Amino acid sequence: MPPSAAVRVGSPFTGLGPVFMKELSDHLSSIRMLVLTLFVIVFGAFPVASSLQQLRTVVGADAYLFLRIFTIAPEQIALPFVQALNFVIPLMAIGLGFDSVNSEFNRRTLSRVLSQPIYRDALLLGKFLGGLVTLAVALVALWLIVFGAGLLLLGLPPRGVEVARALGFLVVAIAYGGVWLAVSMLFSVVFRSTATSALCALGLWLFFFILWPMIADAITLGFVPNEIRSVDQLLSLQELSLALQRLSPGTLFTEAVIGLLNPETRTLGPMLPSQMRGAIVGAPLPLDESLLMIWPQVTGLIASMIVLFAAAYVIFQRQEVRA
Amino acid sequence: MPDSNIDNVISARGLLKVYGAQRAVDSIDLDIRRGEIFGLLGPNGAGKTTTILMMLGLTDISGGTVEVLGFNPVREPLEVKRRVGYLPDAVGFYDHLTARENLTYTARLLAIPRRQIDGRIMEAMERVKLADVVDKRVATYSRGMRQRLGIAEIVMKKAEVAILDEPTSGLDPHATFELLEMIRGLKREGVAVLLSSHLLDRVQSVCDRVALFNKGRIALMGTVVELANQVLGAGHPLLVEASQIDVAAVVRSVDGVQKVTRDSDGNWRIVADRDVRAAVAQRIVTGGGSLVRLADLQPSLEEVYTRYFQEEVRHAA
Repeated sequence: MPPSAAVRVGSPFTGLGPVFMKELSDHLSSIRMLVLTLFVIVFGAFPVASSLQQLRTVVGADAYLFLRIFTIAPEQIALPFVQALNFVIPLMAIGLGFDSVNSEFNRRTLSRVLSQPIYRDALLLGKFLGGLVTLAVALVALWLIVFGAGLLLLGLPPRGVEVARALGFLVVAIAYGGVWLAVSMLFSVVFRSTATSALCALGLWLFFFILWPMIADAITLGFVPNEIRSVDQLLSLQELSLALQRLSPGTLFTEAVIGLLNPETRTLGPMLPSQMRGAIVGAPLPLDESLLMIWPQVTGLIASMIVLFAAAYVIFQRQEVRA
Repeated sequence: MPDSNIDNVISARGLLKVYGAQRAVDSIDLDIRRGEIFGLLGPNGAGKTTTILMMLGLTDISGGTVEVLGFNPVREPLEVKRRVGYLPDAVGFYDHLTARENLTYTARLLAIPRRQIDGRIMEAMERVKLADVVDKRVATYSRGMRQRLGIAEIVMKKAEVAILDEPTSGLDPHATFELLEMIRGLKREGVAVLLSSHLLDRVQSVCDRVALFNKGRIALMGTVVELANQVLGAGHPLLVEASQIDVAAVVRSVDGVQKVTRDSDGNWRIVADRDVRAAVAQRIVTGGGSLVRLADLQPSLEEVYTRYFQEEVRHAA
């Protein structure tokens, strides 16, 4: 190796703060952010409004009534709030990240910024964190709106455990947004054209939403033997199908959210008789056990976010700065 | 190995950059002294920008060494970039921000104390005569104003070395003149300036020394006069316009004169090995001629450049 392999001196995080603050203020003051927030609120408000309407008519005692705002599928639009978010969060993350690096190339600001005392590490990480915090701000705002509306219209305060579960949901939603932010930033590093990068990120999003479930089914079908002789065989097929589905971050998000917001959920895979033994059907799981159940999903989301970011980082380090 | 010469702000030894099989920069040796304006000249793709990027640690070095202010840009890029100002070719700023906001961002990256930032920005903007538009969005700036904003960034940074890549390309003559004035201003403050260009007559007027790049190598290096001597042949060329006398006959006997020729306009061109203007004038006047014009023909860099590359082509053919 040439002398470039030598150890470099100085913290890779020098200048991280200013980059982060600039990205954050750029995002928060941009018209794009305004449009995205409006989009998310409108998209979230409809399911919430209609599920609140429906919940107000519920008379029976439900220990987790408050959490139903998030999960219930209202009669009029048949779209639960969490499903709407599953759809909208990627769009928002892609909107925030698809031009983060290549626009600096195209505006010819990259070489000027990198000629300041700062490593590329700090630039990329600052941009990612700026986007993630922006996303978090929007989601927290949305979450508070839903919570406030619930308080006002249901006239019933949520219990502590409900708040804790709803907060967990918020964390999962932010992690999910982080995955798609990392995807769109990866494309923004790979492609010099912002349009190409946006198109690829949106393409991947549509692929996972529309095509992947079908492909996963088709692959599973290919493994079906002529006749299924035992429960084990059926089970392994189901598990294969699930494993394939879980390659889509949307599935991980949905499963984690179901586990958190539907305390009755006992397993995210096929239900085994052994798991049913001694269980009272429909009885809620304590919070810690729900958390334990969704832990693989949450780690999966965070791990894929880190892997995607690392890929973007490696490619960015090797790129030439000249346009 | 680089000399530990304290007067050199940048010194490169055997600097090499390889892209695949192509040698973009081929083992160049270069020293830039404190307080001088040094020009990197050459056609596009000759390796000027690559050399600059290696000095800033913005691209990997394939071989050789370079030291900038005693620091190694590969190992200590932050130290180098803290002290060196860089104006890239066709510099870009964030269009949606004002000049002040753009410079504030740079100032934060440089970790300039918050209380000093505003003062230093205004000082720098006054130096480049942009103080009245400091709160306008950069989108409204002309190309010349953007280049000047780039210089303001270097001034604000209090850089010891300024590296300017094609600073005058795409500027109108007036904007070019103003920018060159600002570059001279940097030199007056003791900043060493390294600039790359292919606008030769402009460069000639500001550069103390130049290096002529060709296919990744430094073909020639030195002052403009030295280069001219190397390429165009030694000597001080003079232009004489006189009547009522045979200039050739009178002047040939002057000490140092090597060649006297008559050009198509009827003027005389004299080549001497030293400055012989005074002696020539005296001979013509005492010989009864009327001297209309006696001009020192400055060797033009353009001529050097053109001639050099003509020779190159001839040798290659």
